[in-house]
Amino acid sequence: MDASIFIWSRLQFAMTAAYHWLFVPLTLGLSMVMAIMETMYVVKKDEFWKKAAKFWMKVFAINFAVGIATGIILEFEFGTNWSNYSWFVGDLFGAPLAIEGIIAFFMEATFFAVMFFGWNKVSKKFHLASTWLTGIGATISAYWILVANGWMQNPVGTTFNPDTVRSEMASSAAFWEVISNPMAVDKFFHSVLNGWFVGGTFVLGMSCWFLLKKREIKFAKRSALIGAIVGAIGVFGGFISGDRSGVNAAELQPMKLAASEGLWDGGRRAAFSVVPGVEVPGVLSFLATHDFNGYVPGINDIISGYASNNGEVIPSAEEKIQMGKTAIAALKGYRENRDSNPAVAAEYRQVLEQNEKYLGYGYLDSPEELIPNVPLVYWSFRLMIGFGMVGILLFILAFIALHKDKLQDWKWLLWLGIITIPMAYLSGQFGWVVAEVGRQPWTIQGLLPVKAAISSLSVGAVKTTFFVFLGVFALFLVIEIRIMIQAFKKGPEIDEAVPVVTNNE
Amino acid sequence: MTLEFLQSYWWILVALLAGLLVFLMFVQGANVALLDGKYDQVRKRMIINSTGRKWELTFTTLVTFGGAFFASFPLFYSTSFGGAYWVWMLILLTFVFQAVSYEFQNKKNNWLGSRAFQIFLVINGILAPLLIGAAVGTFFTGSDFTVNKEAISNIGEPMERIISSWGNSWHGLETVVNLHAMLLGLSVVSLTMILGNLYMLNNIEDEMVEKEARKTIFACTIPFLAFFLTWLVILLVRPGFAVDMEGNIFMEKSKYLHNFLQMPVVLVMFLVGVAGVLAGIGTGIFSKSRKGIWPAGIGTVLVVMALFFIAGFNNTAYYPSGTDLQSSLTIANSSSSVFTLKVMFFVSLFIPFVLAYIMYAWHAMDKKHITKDEIEETPEKY
Repeated sequence: MDASIFIWSRLQFAMTAAYHWLFVPLTLGLSMVMAIMETMYVVKKDEFWKKAAKFWMKVFAINFAVGIATGIILEFEFGTNWSNYSWFVGDLFGAPLAIEGIIAFFMEATFFAVMFFGWNKVSKKFHLASTWLTGIGATISAYWILVANGWMQNPVGTTFNPDTVRSEMASSAAFWEVISNPMAVDKFFHSVLNGWFVGGTFVLGMSCWFLLKKREIKFAKRSALIGAIVGAIGVFGGFISGDRSGVNAAELQPMKLAASEGLWDGGRRAAFSVVPGVEVPGVLSFLATHDFNGYVPGINDIISGYASNNGEVIPSAEEKIQMGKTAIAALKGYRENRDSNPAVAAEYRQVLEQNEKYLGYGYLDSPEELIPNVPLVYWSFRLMIGFGMVGILLFILAFIALHKDKLQDWKWLLWLGIITIPMAYLSGQFGWVVAEVGRQPWTIQGLLPVKAAISSLSVGAVKTTFFVFLGVFALFLVIEIRIMIQAFKKGPEIDEAVPVVTNNE
Repeated sequence: MTLEFLQSYWWILVALLAGLLVFLMFVQGANVALLDGKYDQVRKRMIINSTGRKWELTFTTLVTFGGAFFASFPLFYSTSFGGAYWVWMLILLTFVFQAVSYEFQNKKNNWLGSRAFQIFLVINGILAPLLIGAAVGTFFTGSDFTVNKEAISNIGEPMERIISSWGNSWHGLETVVNLHAMLLGLSVVSLTMILGNLYMLNNIEDEMVEKEARKTIFACTIPFLAFFLTWLVILLVRPGFAVDMEGNIFMEKSKYLHNFLQMPVVLVMFLVGVAGVLAGIGTGIFSKSRKGIWPAGIGTVLVVMALFFIAGFNNTAYYPSGTDLQSSLTIANSSSSVFTLKVMFFVSLFIPFVLAYIMYAWHAMDKKHITKDEIEETPEKY
């Protein structure tokens, strides 16, 4: 077996997901900005807000198309590249995708068309509702896909069925466990708020660009204020939801937390590593357990086994792998005997149920496979937080400047606004690296490693599609950036002397 | 609610989504008209803006069709998507290019020029219905795959643990030489072109577009009838993939004819659907009415649903394996658990609400037909 089949499948999925996440956050953040602006237009009846909203809608539409195009690739890739995964967890995993389609995508698709083309075709209020519903649809969509992702991180509400050879929903009521999974709820807030951070920074940063060019002053200042409000809610909320993510990781994915801290040997009063060599004692324990004296296991502890804060003894990786292999052997024995010898099959089933929790470990060859790429996770975590802190600084300064009406005068701040745009994007990208690389080697935490989740494809086939997608994505990105630049060069072309509209359109 | 009821219920919903998808592929069919040299740039833009207000519905229906299939019959998703890799990847690529082509084509600085994006729309307009039609065609001819659930308990090489495996390295491209499946693909291409031109008649107000659209409907009807009737005759006489009481798959002569005869409601549905399509075509060719899209569209949904019913109901394997008959997928052996299907049943109750707001928005947006003046004057356009 060429191990590179699952490496290339992972690369392809990672590339698609990372690329998709270039467009989704802007969609989420911009939808708020333009909905607020259109609301101002409807409430104040000021034509200025209509033109401002329309400009950001134009930017939204350019971005939205590529987001949709890449979203469908992700959905298909679950089946095309992860065939075993699709069967093993399809009983649960397919449902959020279908619900996303039925409830969210149709809402987005229907009302986007009204929002974009309907200015002169529907009433003002219907149009405003469509603009909000487009953003709400995008947000609901994020919730359902993050329910699916949250379940991959913390597979609640399911049980392994040896007759169908898959994880199945334990009961209809278990679906509530899936949709209220703390991992899913935190990821939803964290991801959507990252979208607001990106969208807010983008609007503020591009408004700074207009101010630097001394163009569209009124538009730029008002956009900057709304961008700063949306972005500040995003970044502050992101830090709060990030705290919850840390506590969840400590409890449910200790290896991810240890990797993101580069913590090889854990203990009580664990130090938070700012950068290598700079540590703050006790802070990691506090972040992970909300207790400065809490125990945080390191990578070596997880591999060799440890006792958790609540006294539970966690087996070593070697023991887990052995129990996993016992579970797999019992599964085989059960299936071979279930028709011919039910009594023997029942014994195998009992062994399987005793070791089911570690089934996925049985597909691993060595404990080292349980350790993700530590430097990548460690540095991604720091960059995510670092870029978020730059965002906080930017928004505080922007509020001060806007309050004093000095934004257009503080050139250094205008430049900071512009250069924070890529940082906001990168914060989200690095966040996903922490979330996904940090939980390797699992597709489903503890249940199914990536190397047991693949499709029966040749390496050549996956390499080919990888490079085709790489080319397509690069092409779209170049075109999108060129069109965006053109749109900003042209600008909203708002005449500052537009009269107030008093009649209903 | 029993598992059997829920499996049938979800097969009906998958069939409904498939029917709506084929109907909504009028977007693809209309975009093929961009090849027509008689249309000037303004009229081409009228067509693009006409389909441009609906393409996301088609796209979303495709995504929801995939999601619903995944949720209700995951073994199909893992077997077909992971097996017929190239077919699904090609379908995907054409839709990906379509999605950006609307937004990019008339924007300044788009690098490739508007013509290139129009060509992408035309490629999607032909390839997507062809490949989707041919993929559904294999529901009646069989594909080259095996399903072995014992594989998951192999702890050896990862490739030995894969439950669903494709039998050849063409990974679905071999369908090109499966003439019966390709006939259905070609039928869908010509049908979507007919539907596309009926939609243009309904949505665009322009004398020249109207004249050309009516001519194209006539020109496409001849190959459509030839492809579809040939496919249908072969379908009715060919052996089909039947399932016995124990769940074993066996070949049964004229299985699909038997399915029609043993499920008269489905037969009536099919015939009413065909009549609707023909009525729509007749309206497009022989009358001055612009409303042919509605009988043809409803007819299309009914025909596709009927075909899904004869593929999956009445003890039939809907995704048969020609390599290993017992690996064939039935709605019983490939579905999700009763709990998942039950949860999804309650979710499906949202569908009428979704359809209602789509119809409301569609009606609101289409009250005024697209005219040359609108395209020349409005800034909100593709």
